[in-house]
Amino acid sequence: MEKYNNEQRMNRQMMLDKLFRNVTRMFAFLVLALLVGILISLVIGALPSIKAFGWQFFMTSDWDPVSQKFGALVPIYGTLATSLIALLIGVPVSFGIALFLTELCPTWLKRPLGIAVELLAGIPSIIYGMWGLFVFAPLFADHVQPMLIDNLGELPLIGFLFQGAPMGIGIFTAGLILAIMIIPFIASVMRDVFEVVPTLLKESAYGLGSTTWEVVRYVVLPYTKTGVVGGIMLGLGRALGETMAVTFVIGNSSNFATGLFEPGNSIASSLANEFAEASGELYMSSLIQLGLILFFITFVVLACSKMLLLRLKKQEGKAS
Amino acid sequence: MAENNIKLQVKNLNFYYGKFHALKGINLDIASRKVTAFIGPSGCGKSTLLRTFNRMFQLYPGLNAEGEILLDGHNILGRDVDINLLRAKVGMVFQKPTPFPMSIYDNITFGVKLYEKLSKAEMDDRVEWALRKAALWNEVKDKLKQSGNSLSGGQQQRLCIARAVASRPEVLLLDEPTSALDPISTAHIEELIHELKEDYTIAIVTHNMQQAARVSDYTAYMYLGEMVEFGDTDAIFTTPKKKATEDYITGKFG
Repeated sequence: MEKYNNEQRMNRQMMLDKLFRNVTRMFAFLVLALLVGILISLVIGALPSIKAFGWQFFMTSDWDPVSQKFGALVPIYGTLATSLIALLIGVPVSFGIALFLTELCPTWLKRPLGIAVELLAGIPSIIYGMWGLFVFAPLFADHVQPMLIDNLGELPLIGFLFQGAPMGIGIFTAGLILAIMIIPFIASVMRDVFEVVPTLLKESAYGLGSTTWEVVRYVVLPYTKTGVVGGIMLGLGRALGETMAVTFVIGNSSNFATGLFEPGNSIASSLANEFAEASGELYMSSLIQLGLILFFITFVVLACSKMLLLRLKKQEGKAS
Repeated sequence: MAENNIKLQVKNLNFYYGKFHALKGINLDIASRKVTAFIGPSGCGKSTLLRTFNRMFQLYPGLNAEGEILLDGHNILGRDVDINLLRAKVGMVFQKPTPFPMSIYDNITFGVKLYEKLSKAEMDDRVEWALRKAALWNEVKDKLKQSGNSLSGGQQQRLCIARAVASRPEVLLLDEPTSALDPISTAHIEELIHELKEDYTIAIVTHNMQQAARVSDYTAYMYLGEMVEFGDTDAIFTTPKKKATEDYITGKFG
């Protein structure tokens, strides 16, 4: 009798095990299916515009719903430029924050500062947009921009970046707002990975007479490179796809301009602005193709970061 | 001990972790080019004492040392001491191997580069010299470009010793250097300590009393932050003056 019971129980457990395995597998494959599904539907939706414009879509800057001519150069440039600016400003600042919090900060200040950084991450993006448009842009236009335009606008080679009217809004402002938005993400990831560096490893470096900077540069950063690059990619992903805050401050102009202070457009914000009024198949299809491009850019960025990590690993020396 | 043979002189040293009084009035002379071992039960302050010699404790807030530690007659606890320079002079090896996340070669040059400007050839020589000192050269000479993490635990620890030796310190602090190693690697390291003391003043903290007896010239027995007995290793292990020392080394206590 008892033996029989045991067998029954075993059978039941094996069943449950199998069920459990299959359920988790289903969840995992669900992600894959979603990814493929979204990709396919984007491609199908974009087909008319791909057929109509081909590679020209990437190279022209016309965006003319009336005569049904569409080119994506302006939003692509806007997306890449604002994200690049966001990274250029955001990464060093985040690095500094993380470094201060883990290596230099007095204990009593650690918690309040850490919580402040995390709270910054919780602010809805529309608040950043409003703040950027109503508070930052006027101040920037009145006090900073004229000075930059006067002093840097005449420089050879990079002068063109700083020309234009001091309006406050534009590519640079969008990049700056994005930087503020991604700083808490990058900073908290960096702080978390810096904190897992073994104390003994750091002490060994200090023990050889290194300064804090040397310890961080040559020991902490190499040790945490995967996490640091991951954090930056998280921020970049957010910057590329951010819609609301950017729409507020980028200017929403579909004229191509390379200047940092000129209004421009990003993929996400043109999608948000124009989907409601998109009439006609070609217009709609062009917008969907924009979405596809954004998808593709994010994918490339992710792939690049993986490759970067592989190369860094090779430099470190082969681990057998 | 003759006066001129003293490398490190500890005078009435008190150490505090916040309010906790961890070292109580320590007085001690560490002889030049000899091995001095610190033994005692966990928490007796031997590692703490070692960490005052290169002021490693200063990385952490709330830790405080009072008194004097003279390195060649200069008080290293003074305010005007360049801590980084001090740590370059007083090398340290830790409980666990801590290779940096870089190649074997770069691990060795790390500390050297901080304070010396050497040509490529000089640097190559220095790397070989340091690895030979640590008895590791023959095992790694063909894979200097490989990651330090690819070595075995014992090799990693010898790499750390080579790294400490490479910047030519005057004193070597070993904080339980073999506690994470197997017996064969431990024997390697102990042999190494014997050879290194020709050039360096060595202070070693160990939980292993046989090890202290084997490698050291002088031994200090500490208990609850106090220096109970300090003297010739032979004397400490054969004819200890104090009952507490005898109880500890004979295993009645500890």
